[in-house]
Amino acid sequence: MPQITQLAEVFASQLFWLAVVFGLIFFGIGRGMLPKIRSTVVARDRQVTDDLEKARAARATAEQTEAEWRERMDHARTEASRIAQQAKQASAHEAEARVKEALQQIDARIEQARSRIRAAVAAARAEMELVAAEAAQQMVAQLTGLKVDKEEASSAVKAEIAHADGNEQIEPSKRGRAAAGGG
Amino acid sequence: MTAEGKIDPMHQFTIERIAPLHLGPYDISFTTSAAWMLLALALIFAFMALGLKRELVPGRWQVAVEGLTNFIDDMVKVNIGPEGQKFVPYIFALFTFILVSNLAGLLPLAIIPGWHPFTTTSQFSITGVLAVLSFSIVLIVGFWRHGLRFFSLFVPHGTPLLMIPLIAPIEFISFMVRPFSLGLRLFVAMIAGHILMEVFGSFIVSGFNGGLMGWGIGILSFFFIMFVVALELLMCVIQAYVFALLTTLYLGDAVNLH
Repeated sequence: MPQITQLAEVFASQLFWLAVVFGLIFFGIGRGMLPKIRSTVVARDRQVTDDLEKARAARATAEQTEAEWRERMDHARTEASRIAQQAKQASAHEAEARVKEALQQIDARIEQARSRIRAAVAAARAEMELVAAEAAQQMVAQLTGLKVDKEEASSAVKAEIAHADGNEQIEPSKRGRAAAGGG
Repeated sequence: MTAEGKIDPMHQFTIERIAPLHLGPYDISFTTSAAWMLLALALIFAFMALGLKRELVPGRWQVAVEGLTNFIDDMVKVNIGPEGQKFVPYIFALFTFILVSNLAGLLPLAIIPGWHPFTTTSQFSITGVLAVLSFSIVLIVGFWRHGLRFFSLFVPHGTPLLMIPLIAPIEFISFMVRPFSLGLRLFVAMIAGHILMEVFGSFIVSGFNGGLMGWGIGILSFFFIMFVVALELLMCVIQAYVFALLTTLYLGDAVNLH
């Protein structure tokens, strides 16, 4: 076994070179390079945990912002629908008022027109009575030679017209002609 | 292999002088053994240097280097505790030196005529020195930290008073055997594996030189040697791990006193 037979002659050399090599590995690599690698690992681990922490915080902030935004959006939406409702109501009111006003104006004009028609009819009737009374006076004077005074004639005409009114409903516009025809 | 064509499985362990060197009365010649130790140093240095880019996002090589350092770190942390940090460089040096020496001894250099790999860890002058170094560190740390209380290591917790005279010598012997078991385990594992491979390798050669029967034996030996080489690769890693692990366990004893 060379390990035993050579031991005496090579031991010093083995010990020396082992000391050199092992010393270089221990001091040069174990104490020189190893701490750098380990510090890199530690730094990376710290960075990862830091980043995770940061990400978690950012996520919480984002969630809070979103909740706030949602709340604001909800608020704005209800506000908007409320305003829209108000506007709709206001416009409906306005339209109603304008329609009512227009209706009133139209009614007033119809009423004016009616009263004018009534006045015209009354005037026409009065004229017609006067003419009819005069015609009756003259007819009586010529036929009988009797003198009938004006009041008597007109009251007779009036009575006759009232009788005709009672018998048939004649349109106010035709009444003058009918009364004239009847007289 | 010797010149006569006869295969000598022990020849591979012979140390040859490359350059004679003397330091006073001592012969510190540069030998094949020293050359292979320097190769191990160079390989470890190259491995570490290539992983020393210190990037935040590590490349493949850096991951491998950090895997190794984390492995050592964890081993020290588990077996010694938080005070073990200062032993990390020593454990690292032990583990890497033994591992790389073991593996370098398996390099298939024998393909080149006249060459063969040399396994420094198959020399008990190397493993013994490493074991004694580890044991000395254990003793120094133990007595440095605990003084004479370090001897309480030989009396395990809860030992009945009557049993102490019996237990203490046994514990003392088991403690003193530690450096021998540490050094011999590695040395024996390496030398046995290399002899086994050499012997079965020689079976292949002489088998194929023989008749039909020899061919059968040669083929059988060929498959067996494949299995043995795989086992040896595993053994290289296990032995390096065991040496480092036991050193951390002994250091843990010395630091924490059970």
